[in-house]
Amino acid sequence: MIIECKHVWDYISEYIDNSLPPETRELVQRHLDHCEICSAILDSTRNILVLTADDSVFELPVGFSDRLHARLDEEIHGTGRKSEKDPV
Amino acid sequence: MHPDVANRDEAEMIAAILDGNTEKYHDLIRPYELSVYRMALSFMKNEADAEEVAQEAFLKAFRNLASFRGNAKFSTWLISIALNEARGRLRHQNLIRTDSLDETREGIGHISPALLRDWREVPSEALERREIREMLKEAIQSLPPIYREVVLLRDVEELSVDETAATIKISPAAVRVRLHRARLMLQKDLAPKLKSTNPKRRWFR
Repeated sequence: MIIECKHVWDYISEYIDNSLPPETRELVQRHLDHCEICSAILDSTRNILVLTADDSVFELPVGFSDRLHARLDEEIHGTGRKSEKDPV
Repeated sequence: MHPDVANRDEAEMIAAILDGNTEKYHDLIRPYELSVYRMALSFMKNEADAEEVAQEAFLKAFRNLASFRGNAKFSTWLISIALNEARGRLRHQNLIRTDSLDETREGIGHISPALLRDWREVPSEALERREIREMLKEAIQSLPPIYREVVLLRDVEELSVDETAATIKISPAAVRVRLHRARLMLQKDLAPKLKSTNPKRRWFR
């Protein structure tokens, strides 16, 4: 059985997660082996996910930790809010 | 995720904090500052609001630490508090549609990726360029919220599909559908842009 590019695109995410059933993965794999467009889509998607997950994309603002821990200190050392419970 | 996290016993730390050794809370949360802030920023879109949301989430987590159940990871619990805090703020500010409205849009429209004939790997060193980091940040921030949260949890925080599902209280099947769409949206948006900034491109091809 041969599948079209369009159908391969539907499987890209699960292909990346390695969660396709073996038969489907086999079909997709066979298509990828000879289709440069689908291979490029797969490679670019994978590449983009690696880049977006990099810790340098979102960085903590300067002084973030200091301000946070100072605020936590106020809370921890009690400013009369001990009995207060916020809903999570 | 932080490299030191694997080697510590968080259950023990939490027990100590609840037992009165509250100072330990500083150490408990230190590895998760970026995760919580990142979640907040991708929703709030400006640094000041994001910092406020992140601080609030850490405070709420402290006040409610006794209600933390060990069946989830502490980091996942913390992130879900941040997520709720950000969602609540936005709903309050009326900046986003409610989830139920977004939900109805979910079934509509097939997402086609950007078509490329080849792909030259963009190495992580490219992130040293500010424009590239901004490009990626913007792409995540411009995803509709229901897609943004699955990408952040699954691909950025590297939670499993099941953990992602538990955090946002949808089924694992729904996570897979959203994730698929979100990833293709990112590819569609970013692949052409990244391709044209990739310095390794050869002019004679």
